[in-house]
Amino acid sequence: MSTTKKFLYVNRRAPYGTIYAWESLEVVLIGAAFEQEVALAFVDDGVYQLTKGHDTAGIGMKNFSPTYAAMGDYDINKIYVEKESLEARGLTLDDLQHLIWEDEDEDWAEKDSIKVVTAAELAELMDQQDVVLSF
Amino acid sequence: MTMLHTVNKSPFEKDSLNSCLRLSLDGSSILLIEDAIYAALEGTSVSDSVKAAMQSKKVYALQEDINARGVAGKVMDGVELVDYAGFVNLTTTHDKVQSWV
Repeated sequence: MSTTKKFLYVNRRAPYGTIYAWESLEVVLIGAAFEQEVALAFVDDGVYQLTKGHDTAGIGMKNFSPTYAAMGDYDINKIYVEKESLEARGLTLDDLQHLIWEDEDEDWAEKDSIKVVTAAELAELMDQQDVVLSF
Repeated sequence: MTMLHTVNKSPFEKDSLNSCLRLSLDGSSILLIEDAIYAALEGTSVSDSVKAAMQSKKVYALQEDINARGVAGKVMDGVELVDYAGFVNLTTTHDKVQSWV
């Protein structure tokens, strides 16, 4: 018997300064591998995980940001970014990676994975989940 | 000789930058490293307080940490970027280092 649950991973930390962002990615991919319904939210400093152009050569750490672009291939296409968090940091959608997925029901049309949502909308989304994991 | 203050936590997550700004003397230097480099960026909710601090204090940010996070294009005017060698130089040109961990 298999059970599918709705998992939301809430990412609230900047990348590289702590291990939270990377650990979250690992757990997200495990959730997807077990064919759970996976969604991600990026709030507070978590929005910095999605910025473009990371170059970690100078700090001797792995640049894990390309993994976000691969999530579409794992059927992870519900990525919510809180509008208020972007604004507090002077960021717009253009500062973030352009994440896409291919919809097999529409002849593999490329669609945007990221949706910018307000705090109120995100609160509703969290309420609809079976499991919320916070990183 | 003056004090070098280092801050390594995001200004949006911890209050250590504010504490540093409040408790550092005019003429001292503040080096932003690790997640604190986000305080060096234009257009954020803390930009104004960092700009105000730059009237009387010198603010530096570590280039490698900025590059890692992909935000090199957003650094505020007036913030001086240093690399690791520059970090070492700063520790030798100031007589004390205070780390706001």
